[in-house]
Amino acid sequence: MSDAGAETKARLDRDFTELYRDHLRDVYSYSYYRVGNHHDAEDLTEQTFLQAYRHFERAQRESNGRPLRPWLIRIAHNLAANYYRDRSRRPQTQLEDAAVLTAPHATEDLAEGRAELSRVLAGVADLPDDRREALIMRFALDMSNREIAGALDRSEGATKVLIHRAIKQLEQALGEGGEDD
Amino acid sequence: MTDVERLLASALRPIEPPKALADRLEQRLAKLTDDAAHELADLELREMGDPRNWGRTVGAVVVGGAAAGGLALMQARRHRKQAKPTGVKRLEQRIADAAAEVRKQLS
Repeated sequence: MSDAGAETKARLDRDFTELYRDHLRDVYSYSYYRVGNHHDAEDLTEQTFLQAYRHFERAQRESNGRPLRPWLIRIAHNLAANYYRDRSRRPQTQLEDAAVLTAPHATEDLAEGRAELSRVLAGVADLPDDRREALIMRFALDMSNREIAGALDRSEGATKVLIHRAIKQLEQALGEGGEDD
Repeated sequence: MTDVERLLASALRPIEPPKALADRLEQRLAKLTDDAAHELADLELREMGDPRNWGRTVGAVVVGGAAAGGLALMQARRHRKQAKPTGVKRLEQRIADAAAEVRKQLS
């Protein structure tokens, strides 16, 4: 390999390693809340980074120095959409799975909060896809409106409205559920 | 932050990826980067097959000095060496060239 080629590749590999280290948890968290089980979340995370590596040079060139996390999450988002399309299934985050979802949160105040968290997760699972994803990005990944907009290919304003409506819908669902109890 | 937002922050906590996933993924990515390096070296060698690229590739190889580049440079030198007449053949060529020059001046 020529000197210039080797140098460019070494720099790309270094940058990609940094991206991987910084965002492995983000991609895994996003995948996990999308698919609802560890096995498929691992698969989705792996595929996301392999695909990201293939297109990293171009993404970096076109990013003009902007953070690449929205691009990375968008890859996971597209792969998750394919996952559901190919297997003709919906996110498996109903009540039984919601209990699974809370398991990695360790054992602190488990007895007291578990039922409530399960209700919240079940409520999130019942939201329309775009609202559910926006909430996962906001709360599990702590992404800004701008980042979420980049990942969902929407304007920042539309993303703000999307999140607001998602929270309102969930609030209403939880309120109604609470009245039933 | 509203009550629902607080509940969401509590329910949707980040999840640490399993160690086995990180190990497996790092191995696969390391293999990919190795494969990509070999592919790039192969590409440069393939370019040597096209005479239009010789100057550029040999130049890059001289600057580089990587193993694959060194091999390409050796191949390029061998090509030049084979094309160049040596010994008696070289003398015959010089005589023929001189004769052609004399004939040109006499005509």
